[in-house]
Amino acid sequence: MSGTAYATKFLDRIDVASLPGDQEARQSALAAFFSTGWPDRKHEAWHYTDLNARMRGFADEALATRMLRPELPSVDIPRLVFVNGVLDKTLSSDALNFLQTRGIPEQKTSSLPIVALNAAITLGGADLKVSAGQNAGTILLVSVGSGDGLAIAPRHRITLEKGSNLTVIEVIRGAGRYLHVPVTEINVGDGGTLRHFRLQEESRDSVHVATVLATIAESATYETFTLGVGASLARSEFHVTLGGGGADVQLNAAQLLTGTQHGDVTTIVAHEAPGCTSRQTVKSVIDGSARGVFQGRIEVARIAQKTDGYQMNQALLLSDSAEIDSKPELEIFADDVKCSHGATIGALDPEQIFYLRSRGVSEKDARAILIRAFLHEALEPITDYVARPIFEAAIQSWRWGASG
Amino acid sequence: MLEIKGLRAAVGDKEILAGIDLTVPDGEIHAVMGPNGAGKSTLSYILSGRDGYEVTGGAVSFDGEDLLAMAPEARAAAGIFLAFQYPIELPGVGNANFIRTAVNAVRRARGETEMDTVAFLKEARNAVKALAMPDDMLKRNVNVGFSGGEKKRNEILQMTLLKPKLALLDETDSGLDIDALRIVAGGVNAARGPKFSALVITHYQRLLDYITPDRVHVLAAGRIVRSGGPELAVELEQHGYGGLGAA
Ligand SMILES: Nc1ncnc2c1ncn2[C@@H]1O[C@H](COP(=O)(O)OP(=O)(O)OP(=O)(O)O)[C@@H](O)[C@H]1O
Ligand SMILES: [Mg+2]
Repeated sequence: MSGTAYATKFLDRIDVASLPGDQEARQSALAAFFSTGWPDRKHEAWHYTDLNARMRGFADEALATRMLRPELPSVDIPRLVFVNGVLDKTLSSDALNFLQTRGIPEQKTSSLPIVALNAAITLGGADLKVSAGQNAGTILLVSVGSGDGLAIAPRHRITLEKGSNLTVIEVIRGAGRYLHVPVTEINVGDGGTLRHFRLQEESRDSVHVATVLATIAESATYETFTLGVGASLARSEFHVTLGGGGADVQLNAAQLLTGTQHGDVTTIVAHEAPGCTSRQTVKSVIDGSARGVFQGRIEVARIAQKTDGYQMNQALLLSDSAEIDSKPELEIFADDVKCSHGATIGALDPEQIFYLRSRGVSEKDARAILIRAFLHEALEPITDYVARPIFEAAIQSWRWGASG
Repeated sequence: MLEIKGLRAAVGDKEILAGIDLTVPDGEIHAVMGPNGAGKSTLSYILSGRDGYEVTGGAVSFDGEDLLAMAPEARAAAGIFLAFQYPIELPGVGNANFIRTAVNAVRRARGETEMDTVAFLKEARNAVKALAMPDDMLKRNVNVGFSGGEKKRNEILQMTLLKPKLALLDETDSGLDIDALRIVAGGVNAARGPKFSALVITHYQRLLDYITPDRVHVLAAGRIVRSGGPELAVELEQHGYGGLGAA
């Protein structure tokens, strides 16, 4: 069945006409989504990730909302908790001056089918706005999916005015068989710094497609790390525009995949101003017959002289049937730039495993230690003392080397 | 006590150990010398449980247990320690963490309580000092960027903290400067006692000036071709391996 047919069947159950907000905008976003339907391999941006195939059967799922008490990281910082796309006030902190929920956003349609889908069905999301010069500390943004057959579409917005700072720890988890399509719009103003650490621990039966749309202004910094361990199919797609001179982005990600999981990290970093730097390190640990995808494009506009762009993709394959597809792309229109990319694919080194075992460490622990070591570089930049243990714990509890 | 009887081993079609008989009683230090390619490292690897060798004959018992049937980590728990001829680098793994993980794994396997970080670090820092290693050695990644001699000292550091019953030292002296040699030998001598034994593989009699062996064996072409007291090492230093019936 085509992507449109499955999508129609799935969306039949969502009564878009009854949703609040600008109906006209919702309908045009819906139309934009339906011009593609669930993307499959025929769509260039989805060549390695067949969303349509994974959505098969979703439409037949009986709709059920389960009220699960989400287990939240026990950290004492301000938080916003969304359950099935709606703010849960009892789990969230009382309003802080910069913590707000977003009403139904002005709907914007998009050429990205999943962003258009989000625009059509969203019930809003977090709206974090830090005023000029303010240091807003660290906040926890949680999105929980709970139930079967649901489509959950939070739309968050993070806005940092000139010279302000914020750290956002985003935790995404759930139970059931649902589709989660969060979209986060980010604007970092001149000289601002946003640290954005994301942990995707969705239910193993869910499908997760997250899109981050970020614009970074002059001398501003966007530092982000995503760790993906959950979902049946997960894609984290970043569109980052370096729009002002001297802007800096550090876009790191790691995915741990096992069984028949499919994990995709797709990045588009657009250098549209001179003297910006971008650094990307994406690591995949792949076991069982799981499959990892990394697509990374660096675009350098004609005016973006003195661009410094770097991209590294590394995969650790733990089994013979694990797979990685890697597609780096450089699209450079300026002449005075420094751009590089690299990719490595490897397995655990038997000599290293033996060295550890000869010291008394079990084979299972030896593998765990070496996998953690492989991820080290990607984790190192997380200096935030609240965020770091959350990620370490998620890695610890990952089912190490199921293949033995 | 380590008892090796008629041990034969091959890699593919190639026989490397051609029937080794060797007994190391508790409390004794035995030196193993012999030409390049004789099978010394292979013997130490087989005793510590590395994959890739086919044992084609013979048996090895350690304190009465069938050593060859045990997993490498079980051998470590039983008290075997191999100081590698070429220590392995572990990028992304901190040295202190690595050694503490090993020490606690071994303690758990022996039914002892685990050591907390503070107690471990205290002991580790003392050992680092005793081995005259730079202070940052515990913080750095395991063997990454270590000089040849530092890697060897790091092996002895691990030995000191793991407190094995039988240490297999594979050319731990190679690449050490004169002072380091004395320090490393001091590390081994400090471990000496009725419950500690060692198989010291070396090419040089010099090490044996510091660590006086109870016995010296010559391994050539996969066999022990001669055994004797410490004076054998002196003789070999003077006359080489020629005339020993070695290939
Ligand atoms: N995996 C292997 N495949 C093929 N040959 C091997 C393998 N391992 C060891 N050998 C061979 O077995 C022989 C013994 O090697 P080993 O490393 O045990 O020697 P050694 O006595 O330790 O020598 P050295 O003094 O140079 O360290 C050598 O000829 C070596 O090439
Ligand atoms: Mg050797």
